Amino acid sequence: MQAAHATAARVGGRRPGLVGWLLLCPMLLWLAAFVVVPTLILAYASFTRADEDTGFPIYRGGLTFENYRRIVLDDDGHFLRTEQEEITTVDRDGTERVTGTHATTVIAAPYLRVFGSSLLYAGITTVLCVFVGYPMAWYIGRANERTRNRLLMLVMIPFWTGFLIRTYAWITILATDGLLNGLLQYTHAITQPFGMLYTPGAVVLGLVYSYLPFMILPIYGSVEKLDHTLVEAALDLGAGPLATFRKIILPLTRPGIAAGVLLVFVPAVGMYAISSLMGGGRTPMIGDVIQNQFFTGRDWPFGCALGITLVAMFVAAFAILAKFRSSVTGSDHAFRAR
Amino acid sequence: MNDATTPTRTRPFFGMALVNRLCGWWTALVLAFLYLPLALLIAYSFNASRLNVVWEGFTVRWYREMLANEPLIRALKNSVLIAGVTTILSVVIGTTGAWLLHSYRYRFRRLWEALVFVPIAVPEVIMGIGLLILFTAVAPGINGFLDSAFGAANETRFALGFVTTIIAHVTFCFPLVLVAVQARLADLDPAMEEAALDLGATPLVAFWRVIVPCIMPAIISGALMAFTLSMDEVLVTYFVCGPESKTLPLEIYDNVRKGLNPMLNAISAVFVAATAILVVIAERIRRIGR
Repeated sequence: MQAAHATAARVGGRRPGLVGWLLLCPMLLWLAAFVVVPTLILAYASFTRADEDTGFPIYRGGLTFENYRRIVLDDDGHFLRTEQEEITTVDRDGTERVTGTHATTVIAAPYLRVFGSSLLYAGITTVLCVFVGYPMAWYIGRANERTRNRLLMLVMIPFWTGFLIRTYAWITILATDGLLNGLLQYTHAITQPFGMLYTPGAVVLGLVYSYLPFMILPIYGSVEKLDHTLVEAALDLGAGPLATFRKIILPLTRPGIAAGVLLVFVPAVGMYAISSLMGGGRTPMIGDVIQNQFFTGRDWPFGCALGITLVAMFVAAFAILAKFRSSVTGSDHAFRAR
Repeated sequence: MNDATTPTRTRPFFGMALVNRLCGWWTALVLAFLYLPLALLIAYSFNASRLNVVWEGFTVRWYREMLANEPLIRALKNSVLIAGVTTILSVVIGTTGAWLLHSYRYRFRRLWEALVFVPIAVPEVIMGIGLLILFTAVAPGINGFLDSAFGAANETRFALGFVTTIIAHVTFCFPLVLVAVQARLADLDPAMEEAALDLGATPLVAFWRVIVPCIMPAIISGALMAFTLSMDEVLVTYFVCGPESKTLPLEIYDNVRKGLNPMLNAISAVFVAATAILVVIAERIRRIGR
């Protein structure tokens, strides 16, 4: 025991010599050049002005907060806006009459609203993935090894197929000239094809379909690690399945859920292409808007500012989640100590 | 007495069994949800009719059309080349990185490990614009240097293309290899390397002769993951890809944007089949190693 401990300390604890550092250098340089430096340029470019012809950032043209102002405020410099909506009533003879107004306060900046709707889409997707994925992850984690490996493989194949093929699969089903409309018309359930693609529902479906495996795999990981004797003990002591779930299973699988939430929410917010392919551009997500700034819109500094804002949001989310997770592991330790 | 306690004791177990049963049904449903669209895609890739739900007979016409599609085949070649180079570089960087971080206590080790996770954690669109803006920012400098170094006859230019695409792919692929190898190294008995070192092997020889054979399954499954990801990736590639290095998924993306097309069903079927084979092989190899 003592010897094994000493060995582990020696292998994992050697201080690297010059050779050790030289060997690590390629990786560190790669990360510096293609992760750290791009981030720094991105941050710097977000404070520059765009060249009017090319849309490139003018690096030596002075710095400005204009890009960020455009994200937070609308053209008139307002953060909030009150929208007056007229309430019209149709009289019996068919004439419309304004009978009053209805005021709603909304966020004025169009880009901030896109951020909001992306967060909403990603949030709905994440919640749906938790509810759809959890029972499945539980079942896989509790199955015998043979079944478990087969099921994991079945989850992983769509996961590795790439979202494009999977999105296209749903487009062929939902399109106006697609399979579902075709089937309904063939069976005379409907006479006219109706638009299922290019709706918010289609976007959420596409996102859930693409990201579900990202939720199942980490939850499965924590279900598999869960000590089943605890569950049996709770049941033996008279707790019902619901109480057992709430008091034992859920707290112990929370790290898996947290990891799954991160793995689904982060890429779902920044996703582009699914929303333009399945939402038809009617429900733009922030990823599409950023991508537009670099290709069709051609305002790179503004695109950078949008990107930096997105990253800042993630850093904040990570910090909150890290706190959440450490408190969970803290309670885990407390649980063991008891 | 016994009669009174027995039901209260068995009911929870009955409840739990019911829950497990329901979860099983749910799993079947979710799998149907995951596979039904793919199955339909594959089935209709053999349908003779163009864009019709009605089955009009079996055909391989769409597969023949796919093979005759010049840009598609060119894109496939590009993708294989890019994925091949990406895999080799990712395996080299990822494996050495995993071993070094495992066996040495580097200063700021936490920072280096966190940095490796950044490409996995950051949204693809951010990575795409970051690399695009890096490449366009350094391009004039590099081209100026090339011109001054090779004179006016210089025709080598730095632009978006194979090199930039491979750089981008390696950046998000090697962390996957690193994580896979690191997990395997953690399971390894440290006494093995220790024994090799005690018997007089230098750390490098110990690595090559003892560690590498042990972690080979992880290296191979990591390599397959890197290859598959590089073959499938769209979001980052879209930003850093030049016209002559267009990859297969980008070519497919352009086709998807044009609308439904039975040839796309055929391509998708091939993609699903290829991915399934790679995943099964990777799993087999990973399990042999255990």
